Amino acid sequence: MRKTYKIEVDCANCANRMEDAAKKTPGVRDASVNFMTLKMSVEFEEGQDPVAVMRAVRESCKKVEDDCEIFL
Amino acid sequence: MNRKQRRMLGRVLAAAAMLMLLALLPDGGPLRSPPGRALRFALYLVPYLTVGYDILFKAAKGIRNRQLFDENFLMAVATLGALALAAGGEWSGHGGDYLEAIAVMLFYQVGELFQGYAVGRSRRDIGALMDIRPDNANIERDGKLEPVDPGEVPVGSVIVVRPGEKIPIDGMIIEGRSNLDTSALTGESAPRGAGVGDEVVSGCVNLTHVLRVRTTREFGESTASKILDLVENASSRKSRSENFISRFARVYTPAVCCSALALAVLPPLVRGAGMGLPPDWGDWAYRALTFLVISCPCALVVSIPLTFFAGIGGASRAGVLVKGSNYLETLSKADCVAFDKTGTLTRGVFEVTAVHPERNPLRGPGVPDEDALLHLAAHVERYSTHPIALSLRRAYPHEADGCRVEDVEELAGQGVRARVNGRLICVGNSALMDAAGAAWHPCTRTGTIVHIAIDGEYAGHIVVSDVLKPHAKEAVTALRDAGVRRVVMLTGDAQAAAEQMAEELGIDEVRAGLLPEGKVAAVEELLAERAGGKGALAFVGDGINDAPVLSRADVGIAMGALGSDAAIEAADVVLMDDDPLKIARAIRISRKCLGVVWQNVIFSIGVKLVCLALGASGAANMWLAVFADVGVMVLAVLNAIRALFV
Repeated sequence: MRKTYKIEVDCANCANRMEDAAKKTPGVRDASVNFMTLKMSVEFEEGQDPVAVMRAVRESCKKVEDDCEIFL
Repeated sequence: MNRKQRRMLGRVLAAAAMLMLLALLPDGGPLRSPPGRALRFALYLVPYLTVGYDILFKAAKGIRNRQLFDENFLMAVATLGALALAAGGEWSGHGGDYLEAIAVMLFYQVGELFQGYAVGRSRRDIGALMDIRPDNANIERDGKLEPVDPGEVPVGSVIVVRPGEKIPIDGMIIEGRSNLDTSALTGESAPRGAGVGDEVVSGCVNLTHVLRVRTTREFGESTASKILDLVENASSRKSRSENFISRFARVYTPAVCCSALALAVLPPLVRGAGMGLPPDWGDWAYRALTFLVISCPCALVVSIPLTFFAGIGGASRAGVLVKGSNYLETLSKADCVAFDKTGTLTRGVFEVTAVHPERNPLRGPGVPDEDALLHLAAHVERYSTHPIALSLRRAYPHEADGCRVEDVEELAGQGVRARVNGRLICVGNSALMDAAGAAWHPCTRTGTIVHIAIDGEYAGHIVVSDVLKPHAKEAVTALRDAGVRRVVMLTGDAQAAAEQMAEELGIDEVRAGLLPEGKVAAVEELLAERAGGKGALAFVGDGINDAPVLSRADVGIAMGALGSDAAIEAADVVLMDDDPLKIARAIRISRKCLGVVWQNVIFSIGVKLVCLALGASGAANMWLAVFADVGVMVLAVLNAIRALFV
């Protein structure tokens, strides 16, 4: 299952770091952040609850870039 | 500029003003005493903190989260280190330059500010290009217009579109006549007239008069929603250049930081222990800090997605929707373009292209002229729904006149026979002529030949064919000018007809007589032929049958307005106005975009490497480093925006 979320981030490299952080979050099969459209597209692993996984994704993104936001 | 950016600008200006005032401080005198030195340091700390306090905060948070290669952390280390060196110099009596550390922070922030502003601007500008989302639909209730959410309008409702409003939902005009601005969808700036009975698509802007439109689709199924969906979901597909640059950034920053550490420690040790020279710790630490200033990858990282974004924006302005930057990248490499003939090069609609009455001087009067021949044919085909019958009736629109048409008999695979004003008229293929005993003869024109016999005597034929689009020939020429090596036409038509058409268009290769499965095979063959080569194969199609081929090709291009939904979903690039000339345009846009991408990659990496070399050798100070860093970023961003203009 793939879902797209709106994000807020100021620099392009921070967006890349968010992408890396999201990819490493358990329950996420693949993630991609588009800095220009400010969208994060996340593909979840089978049987994972997107809401719970996204909370974890947001947590790990906040760790790598304090000044970011994911609108869940 | 948003609030955050305005505040940042204020901080930058304040810090700059303070620095100017500080430059007026007397160099010697009381400030040389120890308390004076402390005061001087404290005074310089004010602009530093003004412009950089958020960086220091973020750096502290970064340390807590173990993000050591974070820009904020690196900038904090570089500037604090430089401040410390300057203070050390001051105390030991060599004199110290606080200005440098503060300027690095200042310019770094100016760079970030500029970058944020430029990115925000292009987001808005390009967003405005694709501004086809309707706000609401007007429904008339009790003589009053009531705005409602377009999503709640059922199919078949009547909506009112006032001048200046966007048509929210696809439909058909039932009242009114107006000009429509279709530029957001097609890139075509000339307004298009539309009146009662015309289909209108959502996303067009009504320019002149009030229209009443009966909706034929739900909002979610309407053109505007589909396009927006497509554009918004394109975000997950990244180009190889983007992935390259983010991988590069991942390696670059740690590598430069490690070299900075090595530069700070190794040379002094070697000098001190191995060569008996003074270790010069301060000098090497300074060079290492210069490295840290250069290690920020943001300039590099921002310009590439920005370029693709601008390129996709420029393309959509030209009426070409590209579903992702990876497709723009592939398109730029296209050197072979395969067309599915019908609907791309031709209109996909049959039309009468020639009428040849039989002029036999021996037969005397009563021989029909062109008009009479069409007249008869249209009568006989009155009840048929065959595409050819439709084209005949279209060519003779006054078919419903007073003539008596009786005993209409459709003969499968042959044609139609009917009695018109008492005479037996046969309209059909050669088999029907043979059956009727008429002495038919073939025609030199290509297309479908419809023969006509009157009372068993051959009266002539009408040629019906799919007509070329007005720009079809120019499109092929433009493709060659754009550097496409090979243009191939795929068609289900017979070889001879296909070849003639190809010759007319200047296409060098034809694969004729193909069934839909055959098209996939033909494309696979073309893909195999360029195996190992660098180019890419673009396939242009329109119909449902094309969907598998569109997805099989390196890049699938679909004709948008005429094309089927399935094809548009399977395609990577959609031409909104069906003009084949746009293919060459799209390729040019993509080439320009990729050109800008590589200019930026090479230029910014190149400048960074040169600065690193100069910094390591001591030839470059921190001023140069930060100027190079910010300057490269500004140039790369400005260059990226160039991709928008095509």
